[in-house]
Amino acid sequence: MTIGLAADPAPAGHHPAPATAARVVDALKRRRRWRPLETVFWAATLASVLLLPSKHLILNEIAILALFALSLDLILGFAGVISLGHAAFFGVGAYCAGLFATHGITEPLVGLVAAGVLNALLGWATSYLVLRGSDLTRLMVTMGIALILGELANQMAWLTGGADGLQGISMGPIAGWFEFDLFGTTAYAYSLSVLFVLFLAARRITNSPFGLSLLSVRDNPLRAAAVGVPVNGRLVQVYTLAAAYAGVAGALLAQTTQFVSVDVLEFHRSADVMLILIIGGTGYLYGGLVGAVLFKLLQDLLAGFTPQYWHFWIGIFLIALVLVGRERMVGGVAAAVRRLARRT
Amino acid sequence: MLTLLFDGIAYGMLLFILSCGLSVTLGLMNFVNLAHGAFAMAGGYATIVLMSRFDVPFVATLPLAFLFTAALGLVLERTLYRQLYGKSHLDQVLFSIGLVFVAVASVDYLMGSQQQIIKLPAALQGRVEILGVNIGIYRSFIIAICAVLVVVLQLILSKTRFGSRLRAAVDDRRVAQGLGINVNVIFAATFAVGSGLAGLGGALGAEILGLDPVFPLKFMIYFLIVVTVGGTTTLTGPFIASLVLGVADVAGKYYVPAAGAFVIYTLMIVFLLVRPQGLFARAR
Repeated sequence: MTIGLAADPAPAGHHPAPATAARVVDALKRRRRWRPLETVFWAATLASVLLLPSKHLILNEIAILALFALSLDLILGFAGVISLGHAAFFGVGAYCAGLFATHGITEPLVGLVAAGVLNALLGWATSYLVLRGSDLTRLMVTMGIALILGELANQMAWLTGGADGLQGISMGPIAGWFEFDLFGTTAYAYSLSVLFVLFLAARRITNSPFGLSLLSVRDNPLRAAAVGVPVNGRLVQVYTLAAAYAGVAGALLAQTTQFVSVDVLEFHRSADVMLILIIGGTGYLYGGLVGAVLFKLLQDLLAGFTPQYWHFWIGIFLIALVLVGRERMVGGVAAAVRRLARRT
Repeated sequence: MLTLLFDGIAYGMLLFILSCGLSVTLGLMNFVNLAHGAFAMAGGYATIVLMSRFDVPFVATLPLAFLFTAALGLVLERTLYRQLYGKSHLDQVLFSIGLVFVAVASVDYLMGSQQQIIKLPAALQGRVEILGVNIGIYRSFIIAICAVLVVVLQLILSKTRFGSRLRAAVDDRRVAQGLGINVNVIFAATFAVGSGLAGLGGALGAEILGLDPVFPLKFMIYFLIVVTVGGTTTLTGPFIASLVLGVADVAGKYYVPAAGAFVIYTLMIVFLLVRPQGLFARAR
């Protein structure tokens, strides 16, 4: 802190000296630059559209989970808010998109945008509840909101179909052009495009001054407030954004599987998405994406020999992960990847 | 009306026995333990197994359920929980969710996913009419046991040396440690007793709350409400919170069945709005 002040000769109240400003802009630009590994990652996902036509259904699920985990990363990894009720937004998004379709608006993009906007509003409204108190109260409030919404969906059977689920969703072609097919190819391409666009947006946002201020709020809210970052305002904004992302993920699920059940709002969804994010690592945006791939592969593998009890292995994995140390495990893998990337 | 109140009180008493151990975990170690319900479930299943496999009478299984879960709690505390006291809340949440998943899947594997039914002895079945109030015998049995436990716990906490050490440790762990109180031993003992009480609650409550492998998930939120609303420094706080919660839940489910579950969730959120830190002020 003091070093920063000494290096910056500009008097308080004035703009920083041009040299400092240039350095800040430079640093921001450096953060924003695309790394080779990122290009490889997205090239690989693009290749999966073309090379793995038989796996599009599961890949579609992965893309949706990835978007959902990405949205959790925005609040958990970048703002340090622990949420055990993130499924609330996912579920509301799914129901919103599903209801649009059953009420005659079959254009997927309209449902998608509506789900995003509705959840942004919901996220904004509930953020004021979530911001209060400690980790524990946040946990309980997020969980409580998801539970209430789950009950609502269950009780309002006339609207949501209740325990039977929302049936009879039939989607029109995307943008009046791309018809959904049986093999999930359109669905996957659609989900992947949405994921990519929203990922780019999230990448841009988190590498902006706004994103940096979020990191400061995460690491030390007191100090962040002292240097003039509006802590609560930042949290409201990022929570709203994350809610919209989760809503879009839910909408994608409803549209591509053409079915919504109360399951989308259940506790295990919130727990799973947290797990996905933790597997991949928090706070660098790719965590949710990598985690979703690993999670689905793991699920496939474990469900192969113990279909009913795969949560047992997930539980063991979680316990081991925490005992070994999240940073060490995820950080170790990340370091190995970095080393590999440098060598090639 | 009075019958409803009576049922609500029985339910609230059960909730208190189930969750008072958690209030110590949260208050003393600031540990977010979502797996508390797993101990309750363990107690419930211990009773089931003892009754069906070894023909132990129901009442005799209760102390055994307590001892079994207390031992289980002690082992887990010494091996796993203690390594997590210094870690972040996120790590504790992940760990305890993992534990819940393991417990749910293991019980599902060992006992099957169906609801377990406890055959109560004939002496505890049925209802009697006292002063125009229809009273279930089993519920009055629960209330009697829990009332005795509450008094005993309160006496231990306020009159014994162990109790005053525990209170000191909850109030300020570091100072207590500085005064030569071995907080770790106290905590291990309290954790074991708390788990045991949860197990006892699970065994007692199997009749009323139902018992199946997803029990820890279903009741997690109830325990957390009791603890956050009731606070951790006294037993009276959680006790009153449990009674209110029990009566509100039973009454809510009876009068407005459609809105039954909303009542408590809404109450909880409103409460946390008014008292953001809860009465649980030491939350960091």
